[in-house]
Amino acid sequence: MITTHIQIAAYLFASILFILSLSGLSTQESAKKGVIYGIIGMTIAVLATVLGENIHGYIYIIIAMIIASVIGIAVALRVEMTAMPQLIALLHSFVGLAAVLVGFGSFIDPHTMEMQGAEKSIHLVEIYVGIFIGAITFTGSIIAWGKLTENITSKPFVYKGKDLVNVLLLLASIILGVLFVMQSDSNGMMLLLIMTAIAAFFGVMMVMAIGGADMPVVISMLNSLSGWTASASGFMLGNDLLIVTGALVGSSGAILSIIMCNAMNRSFFSVISGGFGQEIKKGKKIEGTVKSITHEEAAELLNEAQSVMIVPGYGMAVAKAQYPIHDLVEKLRKKGKTVRFGIHPVAGRLPGHMNVLLAEANVPYDIVLEMDEVNPDMPDTDVVLVIGANDTVNPGAQEDPSSPIYGMPVVEVWKAKRVIVMKRSMAVGYAGVENPLFYKENTDMLYGDAKESVDKINAKID
Amino acid sequence: MKVVIPKELLATELRVAATPKTTSRLIKQGFEVYLETGAGIKAKYSDEEYQAAGAKIIQTAEELYSIADIVLKVQPLTEQEIALIKKGTLVLSYLWPAQNQALLSKLAEAGINSIAMDAIPRISRAQKMDVLSSMANIAGYRAVIEGANYFGRFLNGQITAAGKVEPAKVLVIGAGVAGLAAIGTAKSLGAIVRAFDTRKEVAEQIQSMGAQFISVDIDEDGSTSTGYSKEMSKAFIEAEMALFKKQASEVDIIITTAQIPGKEAPKLILDDHVKVMKPGSVIVDLAASTGGNCTLTRKNEIYTTENGVTIIGKLDQLPTQASYLYGNNLCNLLDDMGKAENFKIDMNDDVIKRAMVTYNGAINWPPEPLAVSVQKTNDTKKLSPEEEAKKKADKARKIILSNIIWLAIIGGLLFALGKVAPPDFMGHITAFVLAVFVGWNVIWNVTHALHTPLMSVTNAISGVIITGGLLLINDDYTNPITILSFIAILVASINIVGGFVVTYRMLNMFKK
Repeated sequence: MITTHIQIAAYLFASILFILSLSGLSTQESAKKGVIYGIIGMTIAVLATVLGENIHGYIYIIIAMIIASVIGIAVALRVEMTAMPQLIALLHSFVGLAAVLVGFGSFIDPHTMEMQGAEKSIHLVEIYVGIFIGAITFTGSIIAWGKLTENITSKPFVYKGKDLVNVLLLLASIILGVLFVMQSDSNGMMLLLIMTAIAAFFGVMMVMAIGGADMPVVISMLNSLSGWTASASGFMLGNDLLIVTGALVGSSGAILSIIMCNAMNRSFFSVISGGFGQEIKKGKKIEGTVKSITHEEAAELLNEAQSVMIVPGYGMAVAKAQYPIHDLVEKLRKKGKTVRFGIHPVAGRLPGHMNVLLAEANVPYDIVLEMDEVNPDMPDTDVVLVIGANDTVNPGAQEDPSSPIYGMPVVEVWKAKRVIVMKRSMAVGYAGVENPLFYKENTDMLYGDAKESVDKINAKID
Repeated sequence: MKVVIPKELLATELRVAATPKTTSRLIKQGFEVYLETGAGIKAKYSDEEYQAAGAKIIQTAEELYSIADIVLKVQPLTEQEIALIKKGTLVLSYLWPAQNQALLSKLAEAGINSIAMDAIPRISRAQKMDVLSSMANIAGYRAVIEGANYFGRFLNGQITAAGKVEPAKVLVIGAGVAGLAAIGTAKSLGAIVRAFDTRKEVAEQIQSMGAQFISVDIDEDGSTSTGYSKEMSKAFIEAEMALFKKQASEVDIIITTAQIPGKEAPKLILDDHVKVMKPGSVIVDLAASTGGNCTLTRKNEIYTTENGVTIIGKLDQLPTQASYLYGNNLCNLLDDMGKAENFKIDMNDDVIKRAMVTYNGAINWPPEPLAVSVQKTNDTKKLSPEEEAKKKADKARKIILSNIIWLAIIGGLLFALGKVAPPDFMGHITAFVLAVFVGWNVIWNVTHALHTPLMSVTNAISGVIITGGLLLINDDYTNPITILSFIAILVASINIVGGFVVTYRMLNMFKK
């Protein structure tokens, strides 16, 4: 048994380790060290809690942790990198679920009933808020998971009067909350259950309304919410470790959301209030012709080029084309060509998704660059290979003020000497916007499945 | 429609307004082509070649002009030529309208509709008929070849068995079409190329051609809406001169291309610049015809100064090549005007109305200005420094005010909270707020490439909610609290274990 004071010291140490863990991720070199810090911090936190006073049920704790470890390790080792967004969404939902359960547990805990006055009121508010955020996180993440696994359509689902219903539900939750804090004893559980149902519905509708292209924002937002959930639970239990850790995670997710929103030139609220689908703005009709080329011609262009830039998008993840792309890159690099990747911040379904996929295929990370790093070099690039990206390379974002994505930062591929766009068909991207890039004089289309196309090009490059 | 090509009268003019190739293009466009005998000789094209391309050969200029609907020329018309041309004939030629007012009035008097090829506005659509560009391109190329000819060394660096050769350094002043062509040619011969221009917008073009852009430390942009550069301030010119002096002592070949339309060329290379140059260096002055960029340039002459610097004031025109490009420019213009079938002089057309310097007996010069510069010049909406300072101060004051209001609101709320909340709670709030700030500052440093690992590691860390379950669980499994916390511990542990393992797995994949 350790005393409360030592326990607090241990929590402080764990908090420091968590901060070091996150700051370790600032570079690839220090990232692994960061994870180790995180693991040590977590071990200290769990041990300090378990060894503290008034802890019971060791047997159940051990059983739960063994089962969880087996599941966790099995899933983590097996998951494909293309499925990372789903896994992360699922893990978010677990935090939400745990928070809801802890909230209810804390409510029926006899200690709660013994409290008096302001202390009790504040505690009830904490429980209420904790469960509210937890339930939203839980159901929202489940829906996000469903959308990412394509069990639920990725199209935004919106209905008339959605905003009004949301406001009414929010008001109802607040009123219920006031009643909950004022109530004497018995019907508190009922109010809490109703509120949980409302929050769950809220979480479902919020993510349902968001379209596929906004997924990086949603995931980041849920990441943030899961942090705030943990923080709220910390207040509920009077546990500073939970509060601090939750706040770290919460602000981390919030920053990611901001980065993703900036990368799409959209405000956070416009993303949350629904996808691009509702806007009727269609952008200018584009005139001109689209040229297509064969795999042989594409291979020839690459053979002749000195510097090549590859701009991947979600299409690469769908086709699992990262492995043949790695082979292509190796071949081109062996011939002494400069090959680099240009990554748009919202490419894929998860912040940093493309980087992970390319890393999985052993592409060296020092040739994988950010949008801002590659844009100035575009005019010196001989060939740009756009693989499964559409809206993130749309010149309309800079040239056509009537375009719905006008003002969004994009990878300026059209400034390169030649552009080869690999695409399945002429369909529009998630934003539903025509792409003038395809009509540019220096653009050639290469139709077909990205993986097969890259394979065919590979065969033609000696 | 009959298109005629007379012999050029000026003895030094070697070019001709059509070549056999462009003749066949004209015929394809539906024109009948007539050529004065021997018109192409100086450009190395024989009458037979023209005949083979479909042109008819006419023996005298009188006969030729008498049947003409359209006359294609290189040099401006002389009085004796004007006398031969019928009223209403269209002439395409160099005319230099700004310098040749007298010629314009004669053309107008004779009722000749004349298009000055040198007055074609330099907009994107008209590039294919821009003779200044096509001729400047040749001049730029030729300047390097000529300079290399008089320069006694290799242009490219070599390491040979007989010793190491340093590459030559070439300075190009003025990065218009001629300058860029010179940069490209010098670069492909292996020289180290530097280029100077007062217009900031061309820096990118210079670099794209493989040269180093050099400039002075004064922030002044020479761009104008006409695409040419303006005259610069005194301070700028002084800095520019100092720069040229330093460069002159370093480089081997200087190619100057700076011209201002309708004015004498600016003097950029002065006597003392030439003095510091190494013996054997070469100056190629492409502005020699308008007075030269170098004070020592002699028009139409190549000579060597006392300190051994060769100054080239005349250039071969490459007449065969130049005639072909010039002829193509003319063809493109006729193409634009509707070819033979729908031939029409459209005075509403942006290009035609500016280049048509005489029309139906009236002089149509100077034309209304047309902006062609890529970079917008924002001379008009510039605020004076005082206004700008005032604006800044206003803005700063507003920001300070709103900051004060926000801080006051936050302070007030915290005060109110402190009044009602128990001390424990205030401690938690302190930890919370500070942690938000720490997290905020730490996370901004995370590199974009690691955003996915960041999410999975935060997933693992937020599994710390397990402590909630641990604190609540007890020994009695029938107690609902135990069941709830058991599940909570289970899912939170999955988060912790799964999150850390998957993060570690991902980071292992990131390899240099």
